[in-house]
Amino acid sequence: MTATPAGTADFTSDELMEVNAARALADATTCFVGIGLPSTAANLARATVNPGLVLIYESGTIGSKPTRLPLSIGDGELAETADAVVPVPEMFNYWLQGGRIDVGFLGAAQVDRYANINTTVVDRGPDKPEGRLPGAGGAPEIASNCGKVLMVLRHSTRNFVERLDFVTTLGHGGGPGDRKKLGMPGAGPTAVITDLGVLRPDPATAELVLTEVHPDVTVERVRAATGWELTVAGTVGTTEPPTPQELAALRALKAAGKPEQPGKPEQPGKETR
Amino acid sequence: MTPCEIKNTLVSILSIPTHGVTMADIRSLQDAVADLVHDGDTVAMEGFTHLIPYAAAHEVIRQGITDLTLVRMTPDVIYDQLIGAGLVRKLVFSWGGNPGVGSLHRFRDAIENGWPRPLELDEHSHAGMANRYVAGASKLPFAVLRGYRGSDIPTRTDTVSTVVCPFTGEELAAVAALNPDVTVIHAQQADRAGNVQMWGLTGVQKEAALAADRVLVTVEEIVEELMPRPGGIVLPTWVIDAVSVVPGGAHPSYATGYSTRDNDFYQAWDPIARDREAFARWIDAYVRDSEGALTR
Repeated sequence: MTATPAGTADFTSDELMEVNAARALADATTCFVGIGLPSTAANLARATVNPGLVLIYESGTIGSKPTRLPLSIGDGELAETADAVVPVPEMFNYWLQGGRIDVGFLGAAQVDRYANINTTVVDRGPDKPEGRLPGAGGAPEIASNCGKVLMVLRHSTRNFVERLDFVTTLGHGGGPGDRKKLGMPGAGPTAVITDLGVLRPDPATAELVLTEVHPDVTVERVRAATGWELTVAGTVGTTEPPTPQELAALRALKAAGKPEQPGKPEQPGKETR
Repeated sequence: MTPCEIKNTLVSILSIPTHGVTMADIRSLQDAVADLVHDGDTVAMEGFTHLIPYAAAHEVIRQGITDLTLVRMTPDVIYDQLIGAGLVRKLVFSWGGNPGVGSLHRFRDAIENGWPRPLELDEHSHAGMANRYVAGASKLPFAVLRGYRGSDIPTRTDTVSTVVCPFTGEELAAVAALNPDVTVIHAQQADRAGNVQMWGLTGVQKEAALAADRVLVTVEEIVEELMPRPGGIVLPTWVIDAVSVVPGGAHPSYATGYSTRDNDFYQAWDPIARDREAFARWIDAYVRDSEGALTR
């Protein structure tokens, strides 16, 4: 899907999502990075808005500085370029539970209006077995213990659902105050960045509200892609399109992450995912 | 400490008298697996992306050791293979996927359709699993963490509960200790006495090894002397039952200093595992009828 406002370079809606997700890390000091879209965003942030950002991967690396996008959270380059490599129990107990990490950056299979996350199972209807997803990984404790949580995922009624089939990871529970009642130290999800726009929790209700749309995306389109009656902010902003520098940095990271293909140009003209 | 002091300390740790303790045997992978891994065992083959003991798992498949309860934080392609081969009764885990690629199709087929046999699950978060190994290594019945809050996970397992802190009154999550019958890991080096050193991403391997009744370690090579490595972990010979020399025994995972992760294989696995017949052909051709990592 291509969004091409007049007078700007071609970029895909995925690229705009990734660039916007990277921008959300402009002020962060330390980020616990999930694999996939969060890792793309965090690495792009280091290449653009926040070169000093400390990337932390649950495989045990603190301060990774990869030059290409890792395929897994345990690629060798993450450890080789890290300031410190620690055992996994230490990562979860001392660093994450110890409250040392600013921002947790997560993806999700399903999210609801309170930014609760399901990555465990999906109901596929009567007579069909539950669809199996990978499971929790680090997410429940990342969302609990990081100072705040950013989320990035593609926008569709499959992903943005009225009711989760399973709560793997608590966002804002059932409304304001739920995190506090459960004794969760961090502030929880503060933004959900998608390929259509940005949703943020309303401070009064903790419900996700559409606050920003990407260029050429209408509020109606976001509503149609959301599985609940989406609340829209009084003023909805429009995302700044990617700058040529942001796009170049993103494409270079992705090109470097692809398997080596001798003789092929380093920067493919079109990104496919 | 200077590197020299570290080395001396390491030498002194490894040189403590071993009377009364059993040294690891250095032996063939085939014999070690046959002796140490039994039908019905609870087996942890750990490795957080790095140092995954593929060759040892392939030997388990070749020997048809079955009814296993497999334990691992991040079951990936190797557990997909063991599950698809019909050897696994139960899986204890926290994240099951092909990292960066997608689903584990054999894992999903077993859970969703019971093929080739039903798969019982005991499911956790990473923090919970890591702490379960820590409790196991510490020989405590459970571990405590600030975890699982607001999650549905505890509704599907009987190995998460809560405990009240006797000092502050805070309610905390309690997770049952994990004590595998056997833990299998891959490391870079062993010396002739069977002391083992691994470095790079060392994951949860030390805890998994010390939590287990029996320990099998495959290594890239035997060296005259283990040189201290930054962040390296040394397991002394007397906590290990067998060491087998299997160069490349972690492929398509990797061993820092010896190999790099074969990301192409992980991507190529996806279409193989999607199809039951393609999977069966692959296991026959590359595992059952092959000498495995020894000849790769």
